[in-house]
Amino acid sequence: MLTYLINGLSLGSVYAIIALGYTMVYGIAKMLNFAHGDVIMVGGYVAFCSTSYLGLGPIPSTLFAVVVCTVLGIVVERLAYKPLRNATSLAVLITAIGVSYFLQNAALLIWSSNPKSFPNLVGSIPNIVIGELVIPSTAIVTVIANLLIMLTLTMFTGRTKMGKAMRAVSEDKGAAQLMGINVNRTISVTFAIGSGLAAIAGVLLCSAYPTLMPTTGSMPGIKAFTAAVFGGIGSIPGAMLGGILLGVIEIFAKAYISTQLSDAIVFAVLIVVLLVKPTGLLGKKVSEKV
Amino acid sequence: MSKREEVKLVNVPSPNFIPERDMGKPLVLEASHLGIDFGGLRAVDEFNIAIGATEICGLIGPNGAGKTTIFNLLTKVYEPTRGMILLDGKDTHNMKPAQVCEAGIARTFQNIRLFDKLTVEENVKIGMHNHIHYGTGTGVLRLPKFWSEERRAHEYALELLNIFGMADLAGEQAGSLPYGAQRRLEIVRALATQPKLLLLDEPAAGMNPSETEDLMNNIRKIRDDFQIAIMLIEHDMKLVMGICESIVVLNFGKIIAKGTPSQIQNDPKVIEAYLGTRKEG
Repeated sequence: MLTYLINGLSLGSVYAIIALGYTMVYGIAKMLNFAHGDVIMVGGYVAFCSTSYLGLGPIPSTLFAVVVCTVLGIVVERLAYKPLRNATSLAVLITAIGVSYFLQNAALLIWSSNPKSFPNLVGSIPNIVIGELVIPSTAIVTVIANLLIMLTLTMFTGRTKMGKAMRAVSEDKGAAQLMGINVNRTISVTFAIGSGLAAIAGVLLCSAYPTLMPTTGSMPGIKAFTAAVFGGIGSIPGAMLGGILLGVIEIFAKAYISTQLSDAIVFAVLIVVLLVKPTGLLGKKVSEKV
Repeated sequence: MSKREEVKLVNVPSPNFIPERDMGKPLVLEASHLGIDFGGLRAVDEFNIAIGATEICGLIGPNGAGKTTIFNLLTKVYEPTRGMILLDGKDTHNMKPAQVCEAGIARTFQNIRLFDKLTVEENVKIGMHNHIHYGTGTGVLRLPKFWSEERRAHEYALELLNIFGMADLAGEQAGSLPYGAQRRLEIVRALATQPKLLLLDEPAAGMNPSETEDLMNNIRKIRDDFQIAIMLIEHDMKLVMGICESIVVLNFGKIIAKGTPSQIQNDPKVIEAYLGTRKEG
């Protein structure tokens, strides 16, 4: 029972980190970046290559993956999304799906479709054993990383100048630019942060589930998106809560109900939550002034 | 309200004029032959204006005359089809709105556009965005520079809020303020960008006479304390005639009259186009 809870928290933390990327980009650029899941996959491959081929240690290869994904995020935003800044949200959504397929197929060309066995990058830390309970080191590192990221992001958006600029852009792009805020740069920074987080999520995810394929990112990506909606899209604590709840529900469903049905159960929970509270758990209800 | 002494307007090169006391100082704004078309509609045409360093200028005209369009042109929300804007001697051609703001034009909006979910103080700090200097890393790591800059920003924000006696509201959510206070906060936020020219789009809209009276005093005080130029769009003639030193009247996108308040009040074209029948100013 406790083991399941720990596994759930660990998986949920990965979802939460990915969901943060979705929620920040949605909150600020008002777009659903469906290519986000594939950035996770790229992060995983980059970390895989730097450990297996370049022989880098766990921390340098994670950092390398973060840097590559951050740059990738900025480049994708510049080339694919920026020209569509004033286009309808539907056009941007389709573009994002296109970018997603592009990344998957690029990965297919570079790394082929054969699954790669990902080395456990946090394996060097010993597991904690309390009586019969074994807490895997991956779970500990994942949960701690999640908490740290969450704290840093909250401080960043809440207190710093760039964070305030982000919240201003999120509310009213037009007014923000007339206050001297460079809207394009703010959106680029958001993408950079989201993609950097995706790289960390990629490393953590592949450490826990060591099969790496070009489609590795899509399912966790969709689930993390679900988590973001579940918690209230646009809200940072919401993404965190949604991610963790989703992970725990998924693991418990796998353990007690059915392995095959676990995904169906996860999405059923989402549907029920959205029926009861359409803005998500922590989403704010916006009542239009008449 | 006591009748103020009218400021003497003097000519500068081009068909413009500015208050006598601003002669010898650089013009804060000079627009020549400014115009914009929306499709086949010539929304603004041949707009010429010069604004002195500490001038309060009124822009009036019937609804749909193109007043807000002029503000949007000056702040580069719209790209002008024709003409040139010199802001403090610099051509704003090719500048984006954020750069125009940095170069010295700040504005408020006809329908309030505050950041509702942010606090009053945060709204003011957004205005100070380009005057708070620390990098993102410094901000996340809380280095000493972050604290000193944030303290300076905090103190300056309170000082600005105090102009309108709003310092005690600093922690409130901007969206929860009463209407009049939101209008005042917009002016404070614009001032926080440290502009050379402040554009006020209908600052007195929805205000009662005593609030309008306060607003007039505050606009004058802002001009005197900060030594900046102010251009305002307003329908409240008492306010316009009371504080503007020069007035530009716009109709169908064209300037139909320019001058001191008394010249405008006695201009037959203005009376016909705008005031309809002649009224007490």
